[in-house]
Amino acid sequence: MSAAREAVLGRVRSALADVTPTPEPVVPPITSALSAAPEGHVLDVFVERVEDYKAVVEQVDAEGLAAHLATLFEPGQRVVVPAGLPAELAAAVPVAVTEDDGPLTAAELDAVDAVVTLAAVGVAETGTIVLDHSAGQGRRALSLVPDRHVCVVRADQVVADVPEAVARLAGAVSAGAPLTWISGPSATSDIELDRVEGVHGPRTLHVLLVAADTVGPVS
Amino acid sequence: MSGTFVGMPVFPTAARAALGDTQLRHNLAHATGVIRAKRAKLVDEVEAAHAAGAPGGWEDLRLAGAAVKQRALDDLAGQLELLEESLTKAGAVVHWARDAAEANAIVARVAKSHGADEVVKVKSMVTQEIGLNEALEAEGIAAWETDLAELIVQLADDLPSHILVPAIHRNRAEVREIFLRRMKDVGRPAPADLTDEPKVLAAAAREHLREKFLRAKVGVSGANFAVAETGTLVVVESEGNGRMCLTLPEVLVSVVGIEKVVPTFAELDPLLRLLPRSSTGERMNPYTSTWSGVTPGDGPQEVHVVLLDNGRTNALADQVGRQALRCIRCSACLNVCPVYERAGGHAYGSVYPGPIGAILNPLLKGTGEKQTDSLPYASSLCGACFEACPVRIDIPEVLVHLRTKVVDGHRGDFPPKAEAVAMKGAAWAFSDASRLGLVEKASGLSGRVLGRLSKSAFPGGRPTAGRLAGPAVAWTGARDLPAPPAESFRQWWARTDGGTRPDSTATPSSTTTEGETR
Ligand code: SF4
Repeated sequence: MSAAREAVLGRVRSALADVTPTPEPVVPPITSALSAAPEGHVLDVFVERVEDYKAVVEQVDAEGLAAHLATLFEPGQRVVVPAGLPAELAAAVPVAVTEDDGPLTAAELDAVDAVVTLAAVGVAETGTIVLDHSAGQGRRALSLVPDRHVCVVRADQVVADVPEAVARLAGAVSAGAPLTWISGPSATSDIELDRVEGVHGPRTLHVLLVAADTVGPVS
Repeated sequence: MSGTFVGMPVFPTAARAALGDTQLRHNLAHATGVIRAKRAKLVDEVEAAHAAGAPGGWEDLRLAGAAVKQRALDDLAGQLELLEESLTKAGAVVHWARDAAEANAIVARVAKSHGADEVVKVKSMVTQEIGLNEALEAEGIAAWETDLAELIVQLADDLPSHILVPAIHRNRAEVREIFLRRMKDVGRPAPADLTDEPKVLAAAAREHLREKFLRAKVGVSGANFAVAETGTLVVVESEGNGRMCLTLPEVLVSVVGIEKVVPTFAELDPLLRLLPRSSTGERMNPYTSTWSGVTPGDGPQEVHVVLLDNGRTNALADQVGRQALRCIRCSACLNVCPVYERAGGHAYGSVYPGPIGAILNPLLKGTGEKQTDSLPYASSLCGACFEACPVRIDIPEVLVHLRTKVVDGHRGDFPPKAEAVAMKGAAWAFSDASRLGLVEKASGLSGRVLGRLSKSAFPGGRPTAGRLAGPAVAWTGARDLPAPPAESFRQWWARTDGGTRPDSTATPSSTTTEGETR
């Protein structure tokens, strides 16, 4: 064990000699009215809040999803499809780019037009989608480097607020998964506080909210 | 590469210089006003939900946020050991650093072991605190700031002036000029037809930095939170530069102050709700990344975490001051501070400006040095910072406590230096009576009225105003109004003629009219 470690921990212990720790975790309050609202209302607010960030949101039937997805791209556009994305969705993009033959380099990813992923959770109160990067969502770079991110969220994945989201994601985090919380396209307000959508992350976020729970990852 | 704060003049001197800079004052007033209004709207939204039936309101959320951070700090040794264990299990290499030099040496060693002569950096207060960029530069390693504002500051060889928007002191025309002049020296040049539209400027930054992201071998970050239970680090950001730095390099080094620990993943929840609302005035920031050590096949396959003390255990040993370690660096206290709004961040001579800087710097560095000793006086004790703080740090209480320490440290000086410094600061800060009057009105009620109504106390013993009848009901219900001192600064100022007349009367003047209910 390093000398620095012992020194820092020693100083912490002596600084806290007068303090008794609290063993019980804090139970945070529910602060969203949506936590007790009917599902339909929660979904409406989710759509409204995602749109607030200048993202595109569309509600689509599960049966019509693949056909609709196909209309979102220009002919010839190259679209990354992560492992585990349902086959009918992968088949709907003009040119599917996969990682079947090994990972794409950052430069290769920079040369594709878009990415299509599934999601783990949607948060209505904050208009957030969360990826846990399991099957169908791709490793983190896939939904970062391409300039357009099309994200398929199922209605049953949408929760009221952050407490519910954290509860749903706890298992994935305990299992070591990284998370990416996405609220709209990347943005900056660094110059005179003028909001600009689109800096380093995808400049366009396109959310497809699917009414049924039939779209799942392929493992 | 970038300037340092070493040798900064004491606060009143630096502040007076800043006051002469009308551009700076204009930019700051605009920015703090905009962010303040956005934050207030979201706090009201939470309150409205509470009124409509949600079990908790903004104050409950603040209490939860404060409790989570306090719980971690109260058991800090145990939490740090748990964090180390979880990180190690998750494949990260954990380092400990007593001070800036040790932390910088660790980062340099990791970069060198991969033959890297450059690193890409996520905006991080702690790496500024330890002067990492300069230390790496001395080792022949270029550290590229990738946050737009930090990039502006770095290219201009400038100092950040605000925690959240470090280039708040630069307007669009200046940014254009900096990009045109400097980008070509360090990478992809700015396009010749660059305009001063923020959108165009942001696009130029995207192009300039993208080549650096794509080739970078080593990324350097801080962390907003570190979850002990799961070994999970959290970075909250807007632009996606953080995601780039955390995801694309082969190697990631994160420098994490030991006070960043949160015990469990579930306890991140209130902090994730409080931080974006208090910081940028958004329900949620565009991107939050979490990672636990190494994820096979995803992101950096070599992950280092440097746990840094650098004075934090000094702060922890101060029974009044230790609450400052709850700070989540949201900058809400800066945006409500009348002194900060007029003086700007540079006057504080530290990477931590504003009310939090006025207490954190002396707590981390200790009192006794002239510049640091002047900071606890850079305040009117109006209480707005406490009220805005999402983790309920009683900044005025700590300021008063630190002033006592400063004065104690100067016992025997003649003339009393600390007091002289204090008076100069006060003379500057309160020269504009109407401004201060407004602030006092905003805080609503005079301490004399509140002192009588006080019926509960904050943790830590500070009297509160409780809930008031009449139009102030909603306000105090939401905010737990701290009782201001019985005599307001302005009252005292008028009575003693700015401290030049002897402080003979023990009873406050009853002729002033400020402090009525609004
Ligand atoms: S002291 Fe409170 S308000 Fe100020 S930056 Fe820290 S958390 Fe935010």
